Amino acid sequence: MKKYFLVLLLLPSLAFANADVDPSIDESKITSALHPKEMKWEFDGFFGRFDRASIQRGYQVYKEVCSACHGMKLMSYRNLQDIGFSEAEVKNIASEYLVTDGPNDDGEMFERAGLPSDKFVGPYANEQSARSANGGAYPPDLSLIIKARHDGPNYVYSLLNGYKDAPEGFEMAVGKNYNPYFEGRQIAMPSPINDDGQVEYKDGTIATKEQITIDVVNFLQYVSEPETEHRKKMGVRTMIFLGILFGLLLSAKRAIWRNVK
Amino acid sequence: MSSHENNENIKNPSSPKEELEVFHKIHNDLDQSITEKSKLAGWINDRLPIVASLENTLKRHPYPKNLSYWWNFGSIAGICLVIQILSGLFLAMHYVPNTKFAFDSVEHIMRDVNYGWLIRYIHAVGASMFFVALYAHMIRSLYYGSYKPPREILWWVGIIIFLLTMATAFMGYVLPWGQMSFWGATVITNLFSAIPLVGESIVQWLWGGFSVDNPTLNRFFVLHFLMPFLIVGIVLLHLVALSTTGSNNPTGVPMKSKKDSISFHPYFTIKDMVGFVIFFIIFGYFLFFYPNALGHPDNYIPANPLVTPAHIVPEWYFLPFYAILRAVPDKLGGVLMMFGAIILLFFLPYLDKSKVRSGAYRPAFQKFFYIFVINFVFLGWLGKSPADGWYVWASRLSTMYYYAYFLLILPILPKFEKTLPLPESIDEDYKSKHKH
Repeated sequence: MKKYFLVLLLLPSLAFANADVDPSIDESKITSALHPKEMKWEFDGFFGRFDRASIQRGYQVYKEVCSACHGMKLMSYRNLQDIGFSEAEVKNIASEYLVTDGPNDDGEMFERAGLPSDKFVGPYANEQSARSANGGAYPPDLSLIIKARHDGPNYVYSLLNGYKDAPEGFEMAVGKNYNPYFEGRQIAMPSPINDDGQVEYKDGTIATKEQITIDVVNFLQYVSEPETEHRKKMGVRTMIFLGILFGLLLSAKRAIWRNVK
Repeated sequence: MSSHENNENIKNPSSPKEELEVFHKIHNDLDQSITEKSKLAGWINDRLPIVASLENTLKRHPYPKNLSYWWNFGSIAGICLVIQILSGLFLAMHYVPNTKFAFDSVEHIMRDVNYGWLIRYIHAVGASMFFVALYAHMIRSLYYGSYKPPREILWWVGIIIFLLTMATAFMGYVLPWGQMSFWGATVITNLFSAIPLVGESIVQWLWGGFSVDNPTLNRFFVLHFLMPFLIVGIVLLHLVALSTTGSNNPTGVPMKSKKDSISFHPYFTIKDMVGFVIFFIIFGYFLFFYPNALGHPDNYIPANPLVTPAHIVPEWYFLPFYAILRAVPDKLGGVLMMFGAIILLFFLPYLDKSKVRSGAYRPAFQKFFYIFVINFVFLGWLGKSPADGWYVWASRLSTMYYYAYFLLILPILPKFEKTLPLPESIDEDYKSKHKH
């Protein structure tokens, strides 16, 4: 009984356990997710800003890797101008995609080249088609993924970098992949970013796996919250204004109340 | 000349009726009404007596001069109501209350509508700030005995505002049609099925169908739009009740003469402004830098009736009542205890019979009160914890303390507690605290 009691005492420490480091913890028994790694992001904090170069590279990653399975239906091609693409570049990008439009005057639906005003064309016609192509799993739309997950940026970064072989004795379901950052530790998505150089960056930046995942998180953060920079700039100005106003109003209040005896 | 009007040695009124009589005799004097000083003011007032009415409230009505910043939360709650109505109005111009379009229409507001993100976040964060103000306002009343005679109706009208605001907030949270919107609506509307005999029928009538679906969303939008205007009306009643009885104050000793009181303007107009700015600073901190900190990430996933979230939790301001609901192992019992926790508040004037109004002079009461507040916060934390293991027992004990505070502690305390001596008057208390 003493042995079980000692184990019970140790259980709370599991909350802080990092099985990567502590060999005494039996990782094959754990199904709860690890806490995401804490990274520093350019957009964090009161003075957060977008790293537009990184976001553009992140778009390239999305386009070349993620968009095979993941849609982004809340983004329009014209939004790409906010991250530094020119109007001509945006027209070019949009025109690479086929969009269903119509009906025309003959009453028929037709396909045409994409326009900047169109929303991003997804890889599948509908959810059922997506599930059918992915063993029943639905690759979620990424438009809001950063806001739809607790500690979004760190979570996505940790998840993309977290794939590893399942520990000895851990029972994997068919078609699932081991990832300690996913709740339940079994995720349907296979590791999407594997090698350094998987993407060849147009701006010449060396595309290590680390760099790729950082860039794609920066892009996804922009997609989830395009107003981030504007919001924080407005916030700093507002707080300064309110701080000064507070000082003035407090002095006024004290002056007015001075004659109350 | 009545001996009440200028005598500082008036004894404390011995009954609520006497208190009201004394209060109504106190007026601040004005040299000249603005209706005489200003031609425009006079012209308006001859046709619609709002000018004289406002002048009475702002300059003639007596307010205790010793009010602390705890008395700012009423006007702060009022400003929150205005902010919610204005931001909500502009959101409603772009929002679509249909299950196919609701989620995307909110994202349209966030991305395409000029400053839509700002209006949306003002409304979402504003709802939380509204409850911060309401809870602080109610805590003030609980501590200082502001619910005691002659302010019973003022208190009851306040609870009605609280209930209406909670209903409004609940329905508002459903509108974005995220996972939490849908599943929160499903859990809470299902509670009504616990009503014996007619429960199932009532729930289907509420839903407009056999589950939470488009009819539910549509009617929740209509009601969410409507209720704030009802709340405005009830708030006006609340203010009328307040002007009838006068404000309470930290000593609990009523105003007895002009020496105890000051006019609302300029003293409380400027002090309220100071309160507003502090409030806006806290509001701004969340709004601009952490707008989603008080929400749940699952609500950025479109509603899916086929996928139940791992943990269904309401917004933070409902958590204590959610914990009480889940503490009871019976559905109807949980519903009754949850609503009971608020209905209980109606009986406060009759549960707390202490002759000493303000908690500031009741040391034993203070200890139980602080435990009550900490317990309420603890209940909130339990509300968002999983409903298993030791959390269940903790919720039950916490719920018991919540009820025991009102039903046992408050009624029994006056029999045993030693209270501190009250000041002779507000004036005396003010002078003793403001020795410069």
